[in-house]
Amino acid sequence: MSEILVDVKNLSKEYKRGGETLVVLKDLNLEIPKEDFLALMGPSGSGKSTLLNLIGGLDTPSSGSVSINGERIDQMNSKQLSNWRASNVGFIFQFYNLLPVLTAQKNIELPLLLTNLSSSQRKQHVETALNIVGLSDRSGHKPSELSGGQQQRVAIARALVSDPDILVCDEPTGDLDRDTATEILNLLKSLNQDHGKTILMVTHDPAAADSAKRSLHLDKGKLAS
Amino acid sequence: MKWFRQIFAVTNMNLLSITQRFGSSLVVIVGIAGSVAVMVSLLAMASGLQSTVEGTGDSDRAMILRSGSNSELSSVISIEEANVLSNAPGLEEYEGKPMIAFEVYTVVDLMKKGAEDTSNLPLRGVDSMSFVVRPETKIIKGRNFELGRSELIVGKGAYDQYQGLEIGDEVVLRNSAWTVVGVFSTDGDIHESELWADVKVTQSAFQRGAATSNAIARLESESTFETFAIYAESDPRLEVKVENELAYYKNQASGVSAVISSFGYLVAVIMAIGSIFAALNSMYSAVSTRLVEIGTLRAVGFRGSSILAALMIESMMLALAGGLLGAGLSYIVFNGYTVSTLAAGTFSQTSFDFAVTGDIMIQGLILALVVGFLGGFLPALRAARQNITDALRAL
Repeated sequence: MSEILVDVKNLSKEYKRGGETLVVLKDLNLEIPKEDFLALMGPSGSGKSTLLNLIGGLDTPSSGSVSINGERIDQMNSKQLSNWRASNVGFIFQFYNLLPVLTAQKNIELPLLLTNLSSSQRKQHVETALNIVGLSDRSGHKPSELSGGQQQRVAIARALVSDPDILVCDEPTGDLDRDTATEILNLLKSLNQDHGKTILMVTHDPAAADSAKRSLHLDKGKLAS
Repeated sequence: MKWFRQIFAVTNMNLLSITQRFGSSLVVIVGIAGSVAVMVSLLAMASGLQSTVEGTGDSDRAMILRSGSNSELSSVISIEEANVLSNAPGLEEYEGKPMIAFEVYTVVDLMKKGAEDTSNLPLRGVDSMSFVVRPETKIIKGRNFELGRSELIVGKGAYDQYQGLEIGDEVVLRNSAWTVVGVFSTDGDIHESELWADVKVTQSAFQRGAATSNAIARLESESTFETFAIYAESDPRLEVKVENELAYYKNQASGVSAVISSFGYLVAVIMAIGSIFAALNSMYSAVSTRLVEIGTLRAVGFRGSSILAALMIESMMLALAGGLLGAGLSYIVFNGYTVSTLAAGTFSQTSFDFAVTGDIMIQGLILALVVGFLGGFLPALRAARQNITDALRAL
């Protein structure tokens, strides 16, 4: 068994809504080894996205711990979490979340603005990421000038460009047709197998889950075997 | 450094996307431009009036009025007093004569250009010493009046503002006909709003006998002012008060220009409050339409403080554009525009030019930036504090 990258212990997440407490995750334990490609499945409201957000450092748990590469991100404040996300995690969203006024190249460069890299170094990194996703010829295009699949490739390049340990993907093929979805899943597989990226992917799609090395089912805030 | 790079990147994105929010951005710019234009114009009016009136006078000249009088209009100096004053110590001499001029100051009414009713303007009866005491006086058109004749010379401001004052025109004042023979300038000061005529003819036409209204004296130096003032105010034969000419006109200016300034600030503040709400509305709308973008940037690692700063910069830049537009319009339309208003103390019209000074433009821009700051802060704070996962769900 390879080294553990994500170590989640007794994780709970509750939301207060109008005086009521909604328990989304309850005493959840999960270990994700390095270079794993894990698909998280489950019905709507099962807590998949909440778990993804907690592991990605977008949210903080009500109790329990989340360690990534040995670092307790649940104990970090907002500023520390921002810095941690900038260098340790790449996000891939269902609707790509590209900034419409920026070209593909500028969208991909965004995470690098948070580093100390020079302009020419940033350009090199962006070119490498564009090569990996196969979009070198589209660098000057804005999102509105790209197809859905191309936009998702740009989003993947943005997630990759700062060379994070883990990629968290929230329904990355949810807005794509089957063929394009397959291309994106193949790209994710290649990132996992050829580039050693650890991938955590939330999906409703069993076909997408089949691309992963393993799948886990979440139901009512608990992992089902 | 990284923080500034973040701010620059987000600001750049925000500004690039302004074209997509052109309507609401324009509302902010135009709203702020309106507030600034009104304030700058009113302050320019106050400043123009103040500098015209305050610009009158010289530090080594003294105004002599009847004690208890606040202006030349209500002042009387008798011939006996004039004789005593002419022998007072401290007066400069010109060709062996003391440099003191006794003048008649009264108000006449004439029709302004384009107006249907008459307005007051001052008529000053002067003698040849008046021109020596005020060397800034220059005939710029026509000639000076001849002593003993019912002739008028017209100040440049009055010439521009009133009708029937062309050279050769006849003007009826107090049932007697006067001929306009020249136009004079006094370096833009308050006297340019006046008509001047021979003092003796004026005394006769206005039935003043040998009395005059006031005297203007040039002193040997500024330091002899005290000597002259103490003599004039303590001599039992005299019932006069002496003021430095600069101080006299400064005092005359303060009332009206203060009212105009206060009115300008008041109107600007009321309009600015409206502009703040327009800016708030626009920035809230800008934030809510970009919530997913903001959430994405935060997810990627951009800090809330950089989002806050970038949105504030955007708001302030819109405000600055509005401020520059308002101040620029005000400058183009009003700077140098000549108007006249009723001056305090004289009950007559004083002509002056709007003066859109650098200081006033800066005040306008400060107002704009304050509106931009207040209008942008709450929406920017909301964006910076927005829960990232909620923002990402805002599709």
